[in-house]
Amino acid sequence: MSEEYAIDLIETWRKLDGRKLDEFRKIEIEPNIIKNAEGSAHVKLGGTEVIAGVKLVLGEPFADTPNEGVLIVNAEFTPLASPDFESGPPGENAVELARIVDRGIRESKCIKLEELCIEPEKKVWCVFIDIHIINHQGNLIDAAALASVVALMNAKIPKLDGEKIIREEFERQLPVQYKPVTVTVCKVKDKFLIDPTLEDESVIQAKLSVAVRDDGKVCAMQKQGKEELNVEDLEKMIDIAIEKSEEIRKLIR
Amino acid sequence: MAKGEIKLMVNGKRLDGRLPEQLRDIEMKLGVVSRADGSAMVRFGNTIAVAAVYGPRELYPRYLQESRGGILRVRYNMAPFSVTDRKSPGPDRRSVEISKVIRLALEPVIFLGEFPKATIDVFVEILQADGSTRVTGINAASLALASAGIPMKDMVTACSVGKIGDTLILDLNGIEDNNSEADISFAFMPSKEKVTLFQMDGNLITEEIKRLLEVAKDACKKIYEMQKGVIREKYR
Amino acid sequence: MNEKREIVLPGELIGEKLGRKVGFGAYFEGERVFAKVLGIPRVEENEISVIPFAGVYIPRIGDKIIGIISSVEVSGWMVDINSPYAAFLPLSEGVREFVDTSRTDISGFFDAGDVIFCTVSKVTKNKTIQVSMRDIGNKKLYGGVIVKVSPNKIPRIIGRAGSMISIIKERTKCEVYTGRNGVVWLKGENKAKAIAAILTVEKESHTVGLTEKIEKLLSE
Repeated sequence: MSEEYAIDLIETWRKLDGRKLDEFRKIEIEPNIIKNAEGSAHVKLGGTEVIAGVKLVLGEPFADTPNEGVLIVNAEFTPLASPDFESGPPGENAVELARIVDRGIRESKCIKLEELCIEPEKKVWCVFIDIHIINHQGNLIDAAALASVVALMNAKIPKLDGEKIIREEFERQLPVQYKPVTVTVCKVKDKFLIDPTLEDESVIQAKLSVAVRDDGKVCAMQKQGKEELNVEDLEKMIDIAIEKSEEIRKLIR
Repeated sequence: MAKGEIKLMVNGKRLDGRLPEQLRDIEMKLGVVSRADGSAMVRFGNTIAVAAVYGPRELYPRYLQESRGGILRVRYNMAPFSVTDRKSPGPDRRSVEISKVIRLALEPVIFLGEFPKATIDVFVEILQADGSTRVTGINAASLALASAGIPMKDMVTACSVGKIGDTLILDLNGIEDNNSEADISFAFMPSKEKVTLFQMDGNLITEEIKRLLEVAKDACKKIYEMQKGVIREKYR
Repeated sequence: MNEKREIVLPGELIGEKLGRKVGFGAYFEGERVFAKVLGIPRVEENEISVIPFAGVYIPRIGDKIIGIISSVEVSGWMVDINSPYAAFLPLSEGVREFVDTSRTDISGFFDAGDVIFCTVSKVTKNKTIQVSMRDIGNKKLYGGVIVKVSPNKIPRIIGRAGSMISIIKERTKCEVYTGRNGVVWLKGENKAKAIAAILTVEKESHTVGLTEKIEKLLSE
């Protein structure tokens, strides 16, 4: 598949959409959509739809962080969402997505994990973020990361009565201090674009996902795709990601 | 809390304010998964199910292919955040059984003979669980199959009925499901008036069963009218 | 087309058989004919059928379709025809001349990824499909892009006597091939506009005044 063909295809579909290479598709965010979750969000990024649910469970802290709560991110590429998703345990793409979203949240210190300690070394709150893909039309990472952060922003810690969790009552909001935003930047030939659709992804061979914090600090990055990138490309893509992350942050302020 | 400790009926009304034979608020939407060949979301009160149909499509691995006709595969799954206590992702024994039960509820209506070697895959995801998830899933799957253009003898509609204390009820929510004297899952072909799913557990005498079957049939007919309505609205 | 369309769900009664043929999308029990698929019932003098709103492509002999070569085999090629059933293009149906397969690498004729405009030549009872390149008009399609639409909408996209697709081709100056299997191939500068028009026809195939709407879209 030639690069000219790839660019031609991408530009044809963008013209159809009325979208430039550096524009996002329509973004719709609906927080608190799942009543049984402590926090949740439904995000539509163009045709891609993701639901993230936050559940709080009591557990033991990790040995090396005895006074901190635990964060676990899981992603399900439900076979419902795409003819290419298979039933079964998460494949490499689902695992990679979960870990990319995890790093963005963890490294940015999004959650004040130290405020989730109930009894040092013994009992802490474990924050589970479960990402459920509902419809796959490209750019799952950005959609999943956004849904996760919005779910966290709206999450509440249930009341604790000794050993028992009373889920109908809430103690306080989950302590969130930073809102990391992830933007995936793609390179085809000599052009850069964001928010790839499914069709775009079938021809794009180099991508960089960048998680950016509120203060502009980059907290996590992941290169994907078979093709190599120059150092200049990487720098340019990071700049684009930081610039574009502001557009998304405005939506979740 | 042990069964029977909660009062599920107060002054002739159920805890959520419903009368014994009243359905919850129902919402139905088509085409929620654009990648799928057909899809639908159905909500019964706080229970939300999304169903997507892919197919008929080529079946792999080859040894599963049937030359006499296609096969139907159903996967019922609950999202980890769908229940009060987080559910570990992946199939558990309950999901495996429910997947089979839903498949048997839908299989009788599908003209599988027209698709040798192919498979029709139905995926049911429960996004929020508040009782009667399998029947909500069947109602969604039925709409998804129809909108995918799958040839069927009839639609399939489903509902739950049961008994709390001495009262016979329709459409059990979560708390009723967990504390009922009996509950029945029922799926029905509305035009042909045939039953395709019938599961019961609890304690009932024959008169009660007969009455509940009447209630269930009537409810299924109402649900069928809603399905017709949402389809006609979308394809107008 | 009547303004108020009657829509039937599977299982709904659409008429009495009365000696008529029960066509696509319908089935009968005794004298009663029911809908098999979601769609619009068509009750005519000789036939009762249902025009479906959706459905995958099931190949029929004679269909002119667009396929993509998926693999090169020993004596032919496997073709993806946008159907639950893959098709086979035998060497004898793909190439006119005699080919010595022990000496010639047949991927020189068709290779994986090639797009072909072919004809369905064989459909067995258990849906083994064969296509041919020897029919008039069959050819390899070079370059261009592929768009997939619902196979049921292809007749509307082509239009009565090709009227709709002609308008699209003329105004956009694009080469367009439509396959009965829902695959459309386009090539030309203005293909974005042509694709927009085709997708609009697919989405609004049943609305009144569609031709005018498409003409307007194409002149912008």
